[in-house]
Amino acid sequence: MPPDGAALAVAFAGVLRGTGVDVPVGSVVAFSEALAATGVANRDHVYWAGRATLVHRPEDAPAYDAAFAAFWERRPQTLALGSRPEPVRVTLAIDDALGDDAGSGSEPEPAGPTLTVRYSPAEVLRHKDFAAYSPGELAEARRLMADLRLGGALRRSRRRRPARRGAHGRPDLRRTLRRALRAGGEPVRPSRSAPGERARRVVLLVDISGSMEPYARALLRFAHAAVVGRTRVEVFTLGTRLTRLTRELSSRDPDAALAAAGAAATDWSGGTRLGEALRRFNDEWGVRGMARGAVVVILSDGWDRGEPEHLAEQMRRLARVAHRVVWVNPLKASPGYQPLARGMAAALPYVDDFVEGHSLDSLERLARVIARSRRYPHGA
Amino acid sequence: MPGAQVRTPESVEEVRTALADHDYLADEGLATAVFLALTLQRPLLLEGEAGVGKTEVAKVLARWTGGELLRLQCYEGIDVSQAVYEWDWSRQLLHLRTAEATGAVAAGTDALEDELWSERFLVRRPLLAAIDHREGPPPVLLVDEVDRADDEFEAFLLEILSDYSVTVPELGTFRAAVPPIVVITSNRTRDVHDALKRRCLYHWVEHPDFEREVAVVRLRVPAAGETLARQVAAMVEQVRELGLYKPPGVAESIDWAQALAALGRTELDAAAVQATLGTVLKYREDQERVRGRGVDELVRAAVSRAT
Repeated sequence: MPPDGAALAVAFAGVLRGTGVDVPVGSVVAFSEALAATGVANRDHVYWAGRATLVHRPEDAPAYDAAFAAFWERRPQTLALGSRPEPVRVTLAIDDALGDDAGSGSEPEPAGPTLTVRYSPAEVLRHKDFAAYSPGELAEARRLMADLRLGGALRRSRRRRPARRGAHGRPDLRRTLRRALRAGGEPVRPSRSAPGERARRVVLLVDISGSMEPYARALLRFAHAAVVGRTRVEVFTLGTRLTRLTRELSSRDPDAALAAAGAAATDWSGGTRLGEALRRFNDEWGVRGMARGAVVVILSDGWDRGEPEHLAEQMRRLARVAHRVVWVNPLKASPGYQPLARGMAAALPYVDDFVEGHSLDSLERLARVIARSRRYPHGA
Repeated sequence: MPGAQVRTPESVEEVRTALADHDYLADEGLATAVFLALTLQRPLLLEGEAGVGKTEVAKVLARWTGGELLRLQCYEGIDVSQAVYEWDWSRQLLHLRTAEATGAVAAGTDALEDELWSERFLVRRPLLAAIDHREGPPPVLLVDEVDRADDEFEAFLLEILSDYSVTVPELGTFRAAVPPIVVITSNRTRDVHDALKRRCLYHWVEHPDFEREVAVVRLRVPAAGETLARQVAAMVEQVRELGLYKPPGVAESIDWAQALAALGRTELDAAAVQATLGTVLKYREDQERVRGRGVDELVRAAVSRAT
């Protein structure tokens, strides 16, 4: 093999990284070993050797194809190369554009310069509507939100734990034997074990259409605190399409995480096709396992441009696999609110908990609802 | 078949032929991934839709190499005692009783303890069995649906797969003389941890193209003739495009061809499809969608596609 396989591997990895694919050094070593095994004479072998060693998720395949064509076949791929968008910095300022189709009772305040002395800002903020926040207040809220802890309701796990004496439970032979050895071979006291408990997965589906934007950004903060806090949380945005944000939110630095999330979901402030986005969630993630036995939280005002029957059908599917479905509607806090949005009305029969989510205080309550283990009948 | 020369195949082509000889038709990508897994002795992580034949890869590797197939089905909460090893507590307890009855306890608890914590009372679960393998070709370890297990288990699996050794505190360390062939599958209900992915070779298994699907059906259901196999593959290909909740995989094509052959059909027609739809579509909504599209029309299109 005239060209050095290792040098080729390193050079190609460089090109691949340029397209935005994460290529760890270990994978480059594996690729160079793979090239040594397959040789570089056959195009397909080189292609698949790279696919098997350098690509670890199907989403990266198009970027890989582009890099492969550019490097091995010398076909420049200007379109796909660098296709990953530049990270856009998400500022938390509210742009006053509370959607035209919101029709809500929450009045946006002009975010003009406010120079008032605030007593106990935390207390004031707790009940204030997110839509009415000034940028400074949002920064303040961010600090408060970091204290929120989100944990799914408990479920029985297969892993067993020792049970207290006299408690019910299966005999635990292992512990009985250990004790017996200590007592000179006499199993004096039988030990017992009972199923342990662990937190259920929490899946957050956040509507990011125009009317929901201020709340969506606040809830993403909340989601970030949960992801970083090692809770089993999955986060998606629902807009004109479905975007998974769990990875983006896993960065420790909240600003970096939110910036990454903002860049990944490209349909901020667009319209909503709730039913369609939910269908994609059900098909690709939810019904296949992610929503099974999980607490699913949907944050949305229920304004849907699609057919209500479509949304109802997808809600039915979701409710069948989820442990509980929680719907958070920031508009619910407005006095005299009626779930008149067609989407909301269609979805409501499949919702276990219908709560508001317009303020820090209500997010705290949401955290409690999520952690509650009791199952409520549908339509409650 | 002797295992020694199977371990390091000469070429991708050899792997592909060998898999085909053992009833598995792999495409170029999968054959390359398997070739590399065998040559570089790395685990192979297969992801893809349910029913595309991920698990089957491990089975065919076992048939080919002659290694024992050790299957570990993952689930939430799986732990060491189900995956690696467990002490046979009840037998140990009985042994203790016997020792007590025969007065052996008096001889000294140390000797008795050594006896109790010996391999005699060790129950080998798949991971330990794959590592502590003594003669014959190396076993094929199938870690099925790893996405169902929890993260802690993944970290644990990674530890075992990085140096192919397992430590049992009471006994010492088991180390694999020859590493097992490891196939890990995931339905991607959640992302497998990056560290584990880096350790593995990765392949995303696609639905086969039309001609390969026909070949698979022919191979797996000899009772179905060429015409029926082609029509079934064409029909399944169409049905996958209907936006169903659970689009049928190759496994369903095989089941369907089997069902139709068992009913004595040599060709697809609307009545046969109506009667056997349940072998392909497992959701009522999906069946309704297909019926709503018009079974007659779908069958007509499939028949013309197949010829």
